[in-house]
Amino acid sequence: MSGVNDFTVKIGTVNGTGSASANGLLMQAIFRMGIPVVGKNVFPSNIQGLPTWYEIRVNKDGYTARSAPFDLFVAMNTGTYSRDIAEIREGGWLVYDSSWPLPKSRLRDDISVIGIPFGDQVVEAFSGDRERTLMKNIVYAGALAALIDIDMDVIHEMLNEKFSRKKHLLESNFKAIRLGYDYAKEHYDCPLPIRLERLDKTRDHILIDGNTAAALGCLYAGATVGAWYPITPASSLMENFKAFCEQYRVDKKTGEKNYFIVQAEDELAAAGIAIGAGWMGARSFTPTAGPGISLMNEFIGLAYYAEIPAVFIDVQRTGPSTGMPTRTQQSDLLSIAFASHGDTKHPMLFPSSPEECFHMAVAAFDVAEQYQTPVFLVTDLDIGMNDWMCPRLKWDDSYRPNRGKVLGAEELSKMEKYFRYLSTTPDGVAARTLPGVHPRGSYFTRGSGHNKLGGYTEDSAEYQEVVDRIARKIMHAADAVPAPEIALHEGATIGVITLGGCRGAVLEGLDRLRERGVTLDYLRVRGFPFAASVHEFIAEHEKCIVIEQNRDGQLRSLLILETGVPSEKMESIREYGGLPLSTDQVVDGVLGVLGGVPA
Amino acid sequence: MTSITKPKVQHPSNRKNALGLTRRDYEGSMSTLCAGCGHDSVTAALIEAFWRGDVEPYRVAKLSGIGCSSKTTAYFINEGHGINAVHGRMPAVATGANAANRALHYVGISGDGDSLSIGLGQLCHAIRRNVRMLYVLENNGVYGLTKGQFSASADVGSKSKRGEPNLQQPIDPVLLALSLGATFVARSFSGDKAQLVPIFEAGLKHSGFAFIDVISPCVTFNDHEASTKSYLYTRQHYHEIASVDFVPLTREIKTDYAPGERRSVQMHDGSTVHFRKLEKDYDTRNRALAMQRGG
Repeated sequence: MSGVNDFTVKIGTVNGTGSASANGLLMQAIFRMGIPVVGKNVFPSNIQGLPTWYEIRVNKDGYTARSAPFDLFVAMNTGTYSRDIAEIREGGWLVYDSSWPLPKSRLRDDISVIGIPFGDQVVEAFSGDRERTLMKNIVYAGALAALIDIDMDVIHEMLNEKFSRKKHLLESNFKAIRLGYDYAKEHYDCPLPIRLERLDKTRDHILIDGNTAAALGCLYAGATVGAWYPITPASSLMENFKAFCEQYRVDKKTGEKNYFIVQAEDELAAAGIAIGAGWMGARSFTPTAGPGISLMNEFIGLAYYAEIPAVFIDVQRTGPSTGMPTRTQQSDLLSIAFASHGDTKHPMLFPSSPEECFHMAVAAFDVAEQYQTPVFLVTDLDIGMNDWMCPRLKWDDSYRPNRGKVLGAEELSKMEKYFRYLSTTPDGVAARTLPGVHPRGSYFTRGSGHNKLGGYTEDSAEYQEVVDRIARKIMHAADAVPAPEIALHEGATIGVITLGGCRGAVLEGLDRLRERGVTLDYLRVRGFPFAASVHEFIAEHEKCIVIEQNRDGQLRSLLILETGVPSEKMESIREYGGLPLSTDQVVDGVLGVLGGVPA
Repeated sequence: MTSITKPKVQHPSNRKNALGLTRRDYEGSMSTLCAGCGHDSVTAALIEAFWRGDVEPYRVAKLSGIGCSSKTTAYFINEGHGINAVHGRMPAVATGANAANRALHYVGISGDGDSLSIGLGQLCHAIRRNVRMLYVLENNGVYGLTKGQFSASADVGSKSKRGEPNLQQPIDPVLLALSLGATFVARSFSGDKAQLVPIFEAGLKHSGFAFIDVISPCVTFNDHEASTKSYLYTRQHYHEIASVDFVPLTREIKTDYAPGERRSVQMHDGSTVHFRKLEKDYDTRNRALAMQRGG
């Protein structure tokens, strides 16, 4: 199946050696050749010395899910030879550093071996340990360029852009690229059958990671206050937001900053800062990961009960506890849905790509202010930190933020009396006021029992009246969160339900299954509380298969809980080892549930 | 029990501040604290300080955590916006609110449990960030709302109501604030209104974190003989280190006019002083003339 513009490459290196830039160079060069490509970083929670991998998938049809085993493996880390070589498909290729002999015991006779003396080459051509270590990566990039036929003009163009102000680095990079390229050309039959041919399929597309896109979404949504505590894999979100703000939110005349970013002492404080700013009327947010969500629970309950808007972004990683901080998972769904003590329920938005991170970040602020409640943008490490090929982000200039029901000074001055929690609309939303706007708008915001007038209460009926209204309000938010993505097929009786970054693997898996005569309907949940169309989809199918990335089938549980569907109707495929979902896992999983391809 | 609305009693003889408001306009709901609680005196001093400071009531944001102290934000300035945050984490909310709106007056009320145990980290970082607010720590050495456990400010040897001695070292909030580089630090006593009010006035004018530790006895759980935070103990060990008054920073008033002329000059407090300069040839040794000009 693999061949021209359709193959996978994996590169195994040691982290801290500078391989990330060489890998990025390869992936971006392929993208510039107009060929759909995706790169996934599989890295350790460590700064230097542990194994790290980079997976590149090239696919002319635009399928960008993770796909194993690999056609070609560049094994630069002797420490992981055994497991790396085992990941090569039958008939595939191994590229290794032939400066040192490869133990015979490690070899497979069903693969081709390409030895290139990277170590010897850099010792000869460069001086100093650091330069040699760094340049070795560029040498293997050069060898790969020859083997899979990457356009050298594109590589030169990229190096020129990157090192235009550092001439000495430009020269050494050119030299290193050439070393690998020429050696491969001279000693091996280049290119291999897995190779590239220019296409025109990346026009109007960009490479972007989800954290950058979400940060851009926060900027476009008009967020002015951001609070955070550094945590993998969410840190780059606020770092990007800061960079955007420095560029776009500083008054050019006065130099005044129209934003406020606080690196807090912990996630508890970060949540408090976001809520304090939301109470004061700013669009505020805090990006974090699972451990941060755990710490924020108390404040989330306050914001829910006192009805204060704020946006929480959870870039999920592998839990529980510290878990595997540099691996991906979708395992915070239940802990977010009902975060904090007491009866709560929180709106969630589930982007499947950086593009959706951008748009849903904007939507999250609207939902938060419209429903005066904490709202969660739930993404994950794979979406957040890997570069994805996305259609160029489009922005509708007619967008106006939905600030929800907020009474201004003029409206308040005409009112005889204002009560904070008095709602007169079916959606249960009560108009709020902002501090310092008008004397009549003042009230006491409290997380303790309060009645609809905003006063303290310990009266059962008064208490229940308020919490019942909040429940009704959150139920209505189902109409405001993004609607599901649905694909129906004639004759299908079984539906597949998934969410987030599983999208690519599930859609490709369903295409492959259809080629084998198995046709299934598809629904991707994009918001919580679940829209009516989710309830309908489940009701209209004999059986549903929920595909997600956690051990306990959290999305399935949430669907059963919310729709009341009998649990035996809901099958489950769960992949939770920390890597992005692969197409094979979907195909094998579905066939497993169905008991093979029906006759 | 629901909170009690306090009737607003206005009397024509009530003095008005520069905004035309009386002290009544700075009051809040009726306190539900125990009769004699130090916190109520602190509330009264705050009302006085806000009134004297000519602060527009609706431009005040009142923030607190959880505990007896944190209830008091409901007992002053009804027209201000209040928020009861979660236990020990009011500084974060104040930071966020400040980030969103830098034009309001922020006052945070906390207690020794709220600030020195569960919220110690938050207090330290609010000091570190120099959040612009008046931060009052109502310090009674005891958890009142949960009925009498020691707090982190209880002194070694101080006994609980049941006679159990505290064995652990206290955290001194003032030393803590000083070591963290706080830009405004003071300690006072709820029973000394004459000292407390000017300190609050000064804190309100401080353009940074104004930290005020107020010894504020708990009449119900920590006002007994073996307590070091009782009214009696505090009065016996009270050292007034300075006579405190608040003189707001204002610009120097200068005037110049010719000998023999009159000039009326308006002072910063709104009063007017009339000057009349002596003539150039005035005989300063003429006693009879002086008597004649005296009026």
